[in-house]
Amino acid sequence: MLEHLRFRNPDLAKRVAEKIRETAPKKDVVKICHVCGTHEWTITHYGLRSLLPSTVEVIAGPGCPVCVTPASEVDEAVALALKGVVVACFGDALRVPGSEKSLLDARAEGADVRVVYSAMDAVHMAEKEPDKEFVFFAIGFETTAPSTALEVLRKPPRNLSFLVSHRLIPPAMELLLGIGDLNIDGFIAPGHVSTVIGLKAYEVFPKAYRMPTVVAGFEPLDVLFAIYMILKQIKEGTARLENEYVRAVSWEGNIKAQEIMQRAFDTVDGQWRGLGELPSSTLKLKEEHAAFDAREKFGIRITSGRDIPPGCQCHLIMIGKIRPTECPLFMKACTPQKPVGACMVGIEGTCRIWAKSQIK
Amino acid sequence: MKTMCLAIPAKVVKVQNGKALVDFGEGVLREVDISLVDVEVGEYVLVHAGYAIQVLSREEAEETLRLWRELLEAESSLETKQQRVQNA
Repeated sequence: MLEHLRFRNPDLAKRVAEKIRETAPKKDVVKICHVCGTHEWTITHYGLRSLLPSTVEVIAGPGCPVCVTPASEVDEAVALALKGVVVACFGDALRVPGSEKSLLDARAEGADVRVVYSAMDAVHMAEKEPDKEFVFFAIGFETTAPSTALEVLRKPPRNLSFLVSHRLIPPAMELLLGIGDLNIDGFIAPGHVSTVIGLKAYEVFPKAYRMPTVVAGFEPLDVLFAIYMILKQIKEGTARLENEYVRAVSWEGNIKAQEIMQRAFDTVDGQWRGLGELPSSTLKLKEEHAAFDAREKFGIRITSGRDIPPGCQCHLIMIGKIRPTECPLFMKACTPQKPVGACMVGIEGTCRIWAKSQIK
Repeated sequence: MKTMCLAIPAKVVKVQNGKALVDFGEGVLREVDISLVDVEVGEYVLVHAGYAIQVLSREEAEETLRLWRELLEAESSLETKQQRVQNA
């Protein structure tokens, strides 16, 4: 499978790790931030942090789609479910906490909440049961948004509408740079999102912020190499946009997917869990598709909710300000079996990844 | 897999009416929507929540591996040369 094992070759990894040690600064600590749950998984699962010198720190930004979904939007899905609408969602959206309840809690109360693998599954369900109203809770970043757009443009059955909760990655990266004391020195940009939006979407980071930015794939060697590429830039005193993931990412990205998204959605300001409102960071169905907009169809609009339960530090973990192990609830009150915060729920949540890898 | 953000590479085995049968390896076959890409049998795609979101380039994958090796080797031999000069 695409030379899978060679991308995990331990000898090559060792040599890249050596290059990293040679290139890393000797005294000052550099902080490299990634914004993808799958990158965090690769880094943690393969123990890549243990290969890095003490002067290189890799932190996890807001790259878990269910973690950044604000409680208010989960509340909307829960309200619809309790109202008798069938809510279809992805598996890890089921347990994401709303202000009071998750969709799983709603299901325990008798609501019809169903897990689907894709937006297409929701369409098929609605077709099979025309006497029921269905809502697809459409969360996720630019990787998932094109498929929602595609199903909307295909004119789904009238008994299906979409609770659109998609978020865009570049505005979240800009937010991180605006946090003064975070002091990021380089970005590893998310490979899968980049297959859709292309390298060009990150042009602003080296140009306007002088921030070395490398789009990377998800094999251990991809991530190690991206770290090396960023360290080289830092050493040279330059800031460039580089593509480590050339086998999947082009400059333009997937133009077809971008066009489909543009036909279905407007980009609007929106809330992120624990991070507040970010400008031009979420998607809304265009006026002409209002018949498929669950918020319009059911007259539901919840604008505020409780994102962070007492004691939970997800808002700081999602910006890489603290590590999961620094949260007082981590693996005490908050575990994968009984999560308190969203970062322990999503399989791409930093807390959950650390918990599963038994990092203490 | 009922998650949304993971994208998994798969080989296209059959194409029919905007859908493709893809092989995730070890005989795991699944039908995916290919409306977002232009793809042919034999090519590799990145599959995300039931939709192929990008075509993977086998040549570029090979090229990545080659460049990694080349870069590591070139720099090592350059350093060895520099060391030799220094030692001389």
